[in-house]
Amino acid sequence: MPRMNMVQAINLALHQEMARDPSVVVMGEDVGMDEGVFRVTAGLLETFGAGRVIDTPLAESGIIGTAIGMAIAGVRPVTEMQFSGFSYLAIPQIEGNASRYRSRTQGQRTVPLVVRMPYGGGVRALEHHSESREATYAHLPGVKVVIPSGPRNARALMAAAIRDPDPVVFMEPKRSYRAFKEEVPEAEEVLPIGRAQVLQEGTDITVIAWGAMMRTAMEAVHRVEQARGASIELIDLLTISPLDVETIAASVKKTGRCVVVQEAPRNLGLASEIIAQINDRVLLWLEAPVARITGFDVVTPYFARELGYMPTPERVEAGILETLAF
Amino acid sequence: MPLETIQTFEVQRLGVLDAEGNLDTELEPDLSADQLRALMRAMLLAREADERMLKLQRQGRLGTFPPVLGQEAAHTAAAFAMAEQDWLVPAFRDMGALLLRGYPLVNYLQYYNGWEEGNQVPEGAKLLPTAVIVGSSLLHAVGLAWGLRYQGEPDTAVLTFVGDGGTSEGDFYEALNFAGVWQAPVVFVIQNNQWAISIPREAQTRAQTLAQKAVAAGIPGIQVDGNDALAVYRAASEAFQRARSGGGPTVIEAVTYRLGVHTTADDPRKYRTEDEEKLAWAQEPLLRFARYLERKGALDAGGLEAMRAEVRAEIQSAVDELEAMQPHPPELAFDHVFGTEHAVIAEQRASFLASVKAARGED
Repeated sequence: MPRMNMVQAINLALHQEMARDPSVVVMGEDVGMDEGVFRVTAGLLETFGAGRVIDTPLAESGIIGTAIGMAIAGVRPVTEMQFSGFSYLAIPQIEGNASRYRSRTQGQRTVPLVVRMPYGGGVRALEHHSESREATYAHLPGVKVVIPSGPRNARALMAAAIRDPDPVVFMEPKRSYRAFKEEVPEAEEVLPIGRAQVLQEGTDITVIAWGAMMRTAMEAVHRVEQARGASIELIDLLTISPLDVETIAASVKKTGRCVVVQEAPRNLGLASEIIAQINDRVLLWLEAPVARITGFDVVTPYFARELGYMPTPERVEAGILETLAF
Repeated sequence: MPLETIQTFEVQRLGVLDAEGNLDTELEPDLSADQLRALMRAMLLAREADERMLKLQRQGRLGTFPPVLGQEAAHTAAAFAMAEQDWLVPAFRDMGALLLRGYPLVNYLQYYNGWEEGNQVPEGAKLLPTAVIVGSSLLHAVGLAWGLRYQGEPDTAVLTFVGDGGTSEGDFYEALNFAGVWQAPVVFVIQNNQWAISIPREAQTRAQTLAQKAVAAGIPGIQVDGNDALAVYRAASEAFQRARSGGGPTVIEAVTYRLGVHTTADDPRKYRTEDEEKLAWAQEPLLRFARYLERKGALDAGGLEAMRAEVRAEIQSAVDELEAMQPHPPELAFDHVFGTEHAVIAEQRASFLASVKAARGED
């Protein structure tokens, strides 16, 4: 199997899906000639031509709004928001229309649309280039939100997102874009949307993370395992909406302890919902309060200070140890 | 070095039949007596249905809705220029166009009774539902036009509407811009009815016309007398012809007047005078078109009254149909959120149903 980074893996999915289904088109700012500012759309223009790889005017609402019309016409647009920080200009279209056509028409008109967006901190970028606002999208009914954590699952989830009948916000942790490589099979691979993955089974505590925080969580988990010999179950959410509550509940029921790792601000983040779901489903199995290791409720600091803002393996390790000791 | 003029533009205004009945025979569209009667009937249906809906709303038998009174020509005559394969992407004050394009009146009544199922159109009807966020659906029209072309429909064009207030929205500019860049086959009709709820046209923009907003996007724009069905039809026909022949989009500013309320929750006495409304009534579109039909020998006064009776019977039967209907059950809200199974929503649906049954005293 070839080894590739996340950028190459998503690119592979785009190539394969466009080859498989002529209704798939790619559109966004600089996705053609420039191959995307992160090169995720490399080679697409050359392979599929300007009729299917569309360099759009610089207008996020315009990109999503027109993509909605295309999707209703039977096209499957894969749109790129250059950075998630710019995608808020398109929220009126995502919340106001993409998420609603299905219910507005009771299933008659639907919007199979992928909204790709690099998100998250850790790459020393400009203001508005480092936020982690996944909860904003996960709060919208009618929208699915997928967040891969590595090359292999990014590729398989992108294929699933493109084939999905609903609008999918596909958030790409840009800190993980080129941070590491994995073996990615060249043959088609599709992961189901809405399913978390148990990366390793354990009995003492459950650690839940997603996106770039998976690497942070893994490092902390390995430290605790080595230092304490603890048996830790590690869950990669992969989809944050719909949330895989069954996998979460089954794990916490078994371990009785849980730590959630979230890059986003603490207030009303996904961790809050995970804890509420745990309370609803398995409260009586808990041996300790569920801990949240999160960003802070501040405007994401500019890059000189961003690493202090983001959860570190040390903070996660401390959270796991405290929860184990409770 | 001296300043040089590198671009100039002009805005043309089209009128064919004025309120006094003067007709420009050179610009008069070539429509048969049957076609003229069909257009009259479509506008009359909108006028009469509107009036009936207002009564139903006041009696508590219908929800809030935006009447189309005074604007029947501005949208209906534009839709009359469509070909069978064309799509309509409405705003929310364009009932005449919707009904003309195969949207059943009973669906319109269902929708304004609060039932989403009213948005379902008969199989094959090339219509999108109303998108309430002002201006947002213009972009859908552009994408739809692009998509239909991509899907192998080179002769299909899309008609879409917006109001004068909507031309201040960012999505309006983005839609015109995308349509221009893509040369998308879209006909944008601005129903300039002078009022965006309480904000007059003059307070909406410093631009002297709304048609000139097309200039910045590099696409043709024209202003028409929006109360002149012949002018609206003519301008729209030319725009469709341009769209179909690869000439791209067109903006038509149809200057009209909202004779009624913004919605049934609105009271125009707070922001405009009755004198202004009286003056506007002298320009209303149906009377002048009826006189034109009479002069053409296409429809006399007796014929018009017979048409009105026929239209009223059609409305009555739609109202009867509505009132005999039960809305779909409340759990419908859970059924079309996603196209795939969703465990949490399924759980919430079950618990909702249990609470509904408990409230009814069922097991």
